[in-house]
Amino acid sequence: MSYIAKPEVAHPNMPRNKLGLTARDYEGTVSTLCAGCGHDSVTTAIIQAVFQLNIEPHMLAKMSGIGCSSKTPAYFVSQSHGFNAVHGRMPSVTTGANAANRTLTYIGVSGDGDSLSIGAGQFVHAIRRNLNMCYIIENNGVYGLTKGQFSASADIGSKPKKGLPNQQEPIDPVSTALSLGATYIARSFSGDKEQLIPLIQGALLHDGFALVDVISPCVTFNDHEGSTKSYAHTRQFYHHVVDADYVPPAEEIKAAYNDGSAMPIELHDGSKIVLRKVDKNYDPTSRAVSFKFLRDHFNAGEITTGLLYIDESRKEMHGLMGNIDTPLSEYPLDKLHPGRKELKKILNRYR
Amino acid sequence: MATVNDVVIKIATVNGTGSASANSLLMKSIFQMGIPVVGKNYFPSNIQGLPTWYEIRVTGDGYQSRSGRVDVMVAMNAQTYARDLAEVSPGGWLIYDSTWPRNKLLNRDDVTVLGIPLSRMCNEHFKGARARILMKNIAYVGALAALLDIDLETITGLIERAFADKQQLIGSNMEAIRLGFDYANENFVCPLPKKVAAMDGTKGHIVIDGNTAAGLGCMYAGATVGAWYPITPSTSLMDAFRSFCSQYRVDPDTGKRTYCIIQAEDELAAIGMVLGASWNGARSFTPTSGPGISLMSEFLGFAYYAELPAVVFNVQRVGPSTGMPTRTQQADILSCAYASHGDTKHVLLFPADPSECFHMALASFDLAEGLQTPVMVLSDLDIGMNDWMVPEFEIDESYVPDRGKVLSAEELEDMEQFYRYLDVDGDGIPYRTLPGTHPKGSYFTRGSGHTRYGAYTEDSAQYQDVLDRLLVKWETARTMVPQAEIQYSKFNKAAILTVGSGDGACREAIDRLAEQNVPLNYCRVRAFPFSDEIKEFIDKHEVVYVVEQNRDAQLRTLLILDCESEPSKLVSLLHYNGMPLNADFVVENVLEERSKGQAA
Repeated sequence: MSYIAKPEVAHPNMPRNKLGLTARDYEGTVSTLCAGCGHDSVTTAIIQAVFQLNIEPHMLAKMSGIGCSSKTPAYFVSQSHGFNAVHGRMPSVTTGANAANRTLTYIGVSGDGDSLSIGAGQFVHAIRRNLNMCYIIENNGVYGLTKGQFSASADIGSKPKKGLPNQQEPIDPVSTALSLGATYIARSFSGDKEQLIPLIQGALLHDGFALVDVISPCVTFNDHEGSTKSYAHTRQFYHHVVDADYVPPAEEIKAAYNDGSAMPIELHDGSKIVLRKVDKNYDPTSRAVSFKFLRDHFNAGEITTGLLYIDESRKEMHGLMGNIDTPLSEYPLDKLHPGRKELKKILNRYR
Repeated sequence: MATVNDVVIKIATVNGTGSASANSLLMKSIFQMGIPVVGKNYFPSNIQGLPTWYEIRVTGDGYQSRSGRVDVMVAMNAQTYARDLAEVSPGGWLIYDSTWPRNKLLNRDDVTVLGIPLSRMCNEHFKGARARILMKNIAYVGALAALLDIDLETITGLIERAFADKQQLIGSNMEAIRLGFDYANENFVCPLPKKVAAMDGTKGHIVIDGNTAAGLGCMYAGATVGAWYPITPSTSLMDAFRSFCSQYRVDPDTGKRTYCIIQAEDELAAIGMVLGASWNGARSFTPTSGPGISLMSEFLGFAYYAELPAVVFNVQRVGPSTGMPTRTQQADILSCAYASHGDTKHVLLFPADPSECFHMALASFDLAEGLQTPVMVLSDLDIGMNDWMVPEFEIDESYVPDRGKVLSAEELEDMEQFYRYLDVDGDGIPYRTLPGTHPKGSYFTRGSGHTRYGAYTEDSAQYQDVLDRLLVKWETARTMVPQAEIQYSKFNKAAILTVGSGDGACREAIDRLAEQNVPLNYCRVRAFPFSDEIKEFIDKHEVVYVVEQNRDAQLRTLLILDCESEPSKLVSLLHYNGMPLNADFVVENVLEERSKGQAA
């Protein structure tokens, strides 16, 4: 149960990050999700990503809405503040939180129900504002807590455990985000940590809205034959377009990459994401190319993964507004309050 | 009957013809002569073309509500001519644009009709359709200046101030004033028997609307995050906040903004943003109206249970549903008091005028942070969008916002362990921490069942423990909210009790009823939960007339629920047609209720 603390045992030789913390220090309470749930693998990837990036736990804010996915912030980085909002409203809370303090790192964990149905409006508008956050969708095509209804991302023909196959067009968060102008768009699979961890790291460091859509099969309601979001189906149709490697600022990019396919992209803090393009023609900085590529592969029944689009040039929400770098929550009050004499002057306009 | 400084002027125009600035000029010029005024704008939910009225009550006695009568009607809108003429009180005057013929069949023997060829004169003197339409409005102000004896120099001063940046407009505006002024002087006996005369009744006062005042209050309270979705009649609150911030909230070192205004995608998001920002330590607020409250309800319940500060201004309009968006009502009292599912109740503040909008804006942030709960300020369209004469706002030089129980990094460092929902002080208010302060301060903010230690729970006793502690906090809130305003004499067995914008009409009614030997005590509720003196006040009377602007006696219901007052004592006087309350309504209904009581 999530309120039972894990025993604090760590091997003395466990690797430590620059803050002197071990990966155990980035863990949370014990997961209450089903055994084998894809979401737990995403949680593990988040722990590794944050640990390796040397993020101070109290400078990380964990945001979520409602659903299986939204429970997971309790399962990583216990020393971070968490905000488990109402269903589909994580983006607005994160927007306000970021407005108040832009110096924290925001990680939002949502699901396909939370982001593509009840919260579709807020998902869309967070992208439009280029809100600086890492937005993870744990996408399984199904409502788990209410026992197995289709979600808006269920593919046509996808079969439920009981009842008729889905006939409605799925909403794909990746192509939706691409059409809306999101500035970092990635897709991965919960079972592929090697790909997922650097993608989450890039998303955390990207200065703007970063979407990581993670196919995360539901072992209880959507992992059977006929489901397009099952482990078996995902593994079979999984298509790496680009793989990403995260390179911290101080480290040199070693020439382990094939020239034609390596593409380093510098992030705002000076670190780099190096893309290893499986498909050499793919250009993740062109929305038009990305969109066509996504649709072609979707039509072929393939799940394209990797860092599918990136734009490091566009300003995030505060930059677009011209806001001060200091967190507004910490700005000294005497400077926010023009004082009694000025009040007199202001009121003179109303005589 | 000849009067000085007791006249009601009503101007009927077409929406979108620029009459607002002319009407404001008229009202301000009377105000600057030292004479108390009341201005009411009756406008349609429309951008252009529908009828609109502006009413100015000149009240040497300094009353705050609209009057039930019209002494001078300026009928500029042919579309509403018949009803405008019908509305003039016997012995009154009607001014119309005599460029075109009027319907003489509608004549009234008891009204003096004054024709002024406003369009013709303006067409001769000004070029361009837009200028001619605008100047026609200024010209009727000139005519009224002659007819009512308004000081021309005062008008000139106001025009010079208004167009300080556009000097060329001063001349044309003054020319229009003179056109109307001279025509009236040459053709009518000026001034009329009902006229104005300079007095000393406005010293230390300003003329301002409640939304501007509230926006100013938010800036002075140190609010840094404002999130909103446009909705009539609350929109001008954020406009005002933005305008004050653009002047006073620019960081001197960097030239960057020290505020963040976000136009949300809807009210669901607006309140979510407010909660995110206040969770993170910024003072944040959202202005809205009834339909917005309906949408925000889920999050308001969340904020109540997760104990997050939030300030919500509800500038009430007429419901239910879309209702009449440009008319006034007080019909959201219950929906705000108990917004959201489950056992929830919220702190409400009820400003009576723009002055209280300013002061309650300041108080609302202190209360929201002090109590760690949403505070809703229930203004209404009448307060929010109409110009009111109020005493100028005062703040204490030493004003420091009360951020409530927020733990610092040092305090956290010295603590063994921090628990978010523990009632350490016995007042029901726990300590909170802000993200980014200290690793020891972390906790999980959730709307799901939680223990006093902040952990998730489905345990009955642990759940109930927190819910019961919230009631302790509710009783603390009762001692912290603004007290009611009370006028009490032990000789009176009956009283009027009202809320918000009912204040002016009720006070005037009490004066008039006293003249008729019906002395009444008075109580104006200023906050919910009701502080103890309200219950005591009700207990001390045989009958309390509860005057409110809704159909279902929502304030009375709340009094019965929260004060456990005797229902038979509380007699409802309900006004809910969308027009601001006036004293006539209160006087007539009190007298009627009394006669019923005597008959029985």
